[in-house]
Amino acid sequence: MAGFGSLALAACLLAPLVGSTPIRLTAVFDRSIPFADNVDAQIFFVARLPRVLAATIVGSGLALAGVVFQALLRNPLASPDTLGVSAGAALGAVLAITFNADFSLLGVSAIPLATLAGSLGALAIVYGLSAARRRGASSMVLLLAGVTLTTLLGALTTFVRYLADFTQTLQTVRWLMGSLDVGSYGPIAAALVPLTLACAGFATLPRVLDLLSIGAESASARGVNVPRAEKIALASASLATGAAVSLAGPLSFVGIIVPHLVRLLVGADHRLVLPAAALFGSAFLIGCDLVARTAFAPAELPVGVVTAIIGGPVFLWLLFRRQ
Amino acid sequence: MAALPPAVKGTRRASAAVLAWALLAALQTAPFAQPVAAQNRPGAGSAPAASPRRIVSLIPATTEMLFAMGAADRLAGVGSYDRFPPEVERLPRVGGLLDPSVERILSLKPDLVIVYDTQAELKGQLARARIPIFRYAHRGLPDITETLRAIGVRVGAGPEADAAASRIEQQLAAIKARVAQRPRLKTLLVFGREPGTLRQIDASGGYGFLHDVLEIAGGIDVLADLKRQSVQLSTESILALAPEVIIELHYGSSMRADRLDAERFVWNALPSVPAVKSKRVHVLVGDEFVVPGPRIVLAAERFARALHPDAYAR
Repeated sequence: MAGFGSLALAACLLAPLVGSTPIRLTAVFDRSIPFADNVDAQIFFVARLPRVLAATIVGSGLALAGVVFQALLRNPLASPDTLGVSAGAALGAVLAITFNADFSLLGVSAIPLATLAGSLGALAIVYGLSAARRRGASSMVLLLAGVTLTTLLGALTTFVRYLADFTQTLQTVRWLMGSLDVGSYGPIAAALVPLTLACAGFATLPRVLDLLSIGAESASARGVNVPRAEKIALASASLATGAAVSLAGPLSFVGIIVPHLVRLLVGADHRLVLPAAALFGSAFLIGCDLVARTAFAPAELPVGVVTAIIGGPVFLWLLFRRQ
Repeated sequence: MAALPPAVKGTRRASAAVLAWALLAALQTAPFAQPVAAQNRPGAGSAPAASPRRIVSLIPATTEMLFAMGAADRLAGVGSYDRFPPEVERLPRVGGLLDPSVERILSLKPDLVIVYDTQAELKGQLARARIPIFRYAHRGLPDITETLRAIGVRVGAGPEADAAASRIEQQLAAIKARVAQRPRLKTLLVFGREPGTLRQIDASGGYGFLHDVLEIAGGIDVLADLKRQSVQLSTESILALAPEVIIELHYGSSMRADRLDAERFVWNALPSVPAVKSKRVHVLVGDEFVVPGPRIVLAAERFARALHPDAYAR
């Protein structure tokens, strides 16, 4: 655990110092140069620090959500995308882009707001379905409902994109590739609200998830209020996913490989897995974003491309190593 | 039909980004990273017949060219993105670059279809239906007048097309001459970004017709060294590139007039950029920036006025 902590801390501290442009730290913190003229300070505070912070919270949010969904659904393939939350978020974003949504709230612009609304909408549907299902029904039902919802929302997204003109189509494609260049601290602060709520939910879960991943019946036999625990897990993981996607777009694989990697290293105890996944998820995404912003500088590589290119092969390796 | 040269094939990347760019790019210039290849000159479709009477033009640029050469009365159908001149609204729509409707094209009984060179499937279907085609691809500014002249010859309006092309060339030369004595300004030409924030910024790289237009209008593309048509930029790169002027383009319905100031204000997040400091961020709205046709002169003049307002004073 100390290892994960220091890895995440090192990533947080070092990543803002590295980039496509060399900067002088003495100039960054030199109060005698007005901020408006201080290029080094602007690169540090406007361009890099928000990205690293965004990567930190998006990486940890997606990794935590992945751990919880995999335990809740008792399925190693579950991810933050599985229950349709990401698909709802994407629909929100694509709607905002296509219809030139023009509103903002507390400094957060239309697209992140629409994204958050979309993910909350999808969460409400999944939550309603899970509440409506009969007690004792298998988690398979929830999984199937999530996959169906994902497909349905994906089809609606495609339909909206079909209505868009070509510049909007380009913008949509770019959004779907994901980006952590958030440009200001407003969206980060906004995403922290649902993420904090989610973390409060996660904090109640470690023991419950350990029991749930064995089976709902044995958990129930040991005094766990299974429906209530499932609802908390579902709501927190979906909130974390919504917060992450609204900030960075859909970043595949962070939420699916990080939990597996962490479990390989620390075992199945969720008291360890949850914090370790949060720390490792942050470090992984900060690292991926570092590649994204430096590999082809001054051009930018979409961070979603980097996470998938690194995450894809790793996940395949894990899959086949287990067999 | 001659196959595309290997250099052309090799630069077609399969990523979604490029797919989307191909759409925008084809409406501007070709998504190819190589200069004009001799074997890929416009024209050279199926065997030329007599002057066509029923022409289908799928791309706004060629539709506008047909109007410019006075051959618009022979247009039987146009693409779904065609908006200019207003007369196109009366004509049947047959889909666009990525989604041409072969059925609707065939139902119009055309005797010439003008297609973009990347529309491979459509070209094959029209060949099977024995409908003559004219194919072309745009890489840079000179291709516009070349295509205009070639279409003129193909539809039997050679002299008119030549006159229209010469007029465009003269007007561009006049703009170039007008700003020639002015200092050339390091310019960031932005094609698009997320509204209300400096995210997902796409800017012009060192080739493409808008890059060429920028140079004519007296600017230097800050990304001229990157031989790509569009580049996704981070705020860090913009701070490091330090452009003296920023020109941001908006097309179609993507921008309402009352939002121009708000969108310009967004750039104030990077106060050390010279363009921001000297209030030289220009937000321009117009479809002429995405249609590599006769209206390119208008685009060049708007760039020149933004870059060198003193050359247009009085």
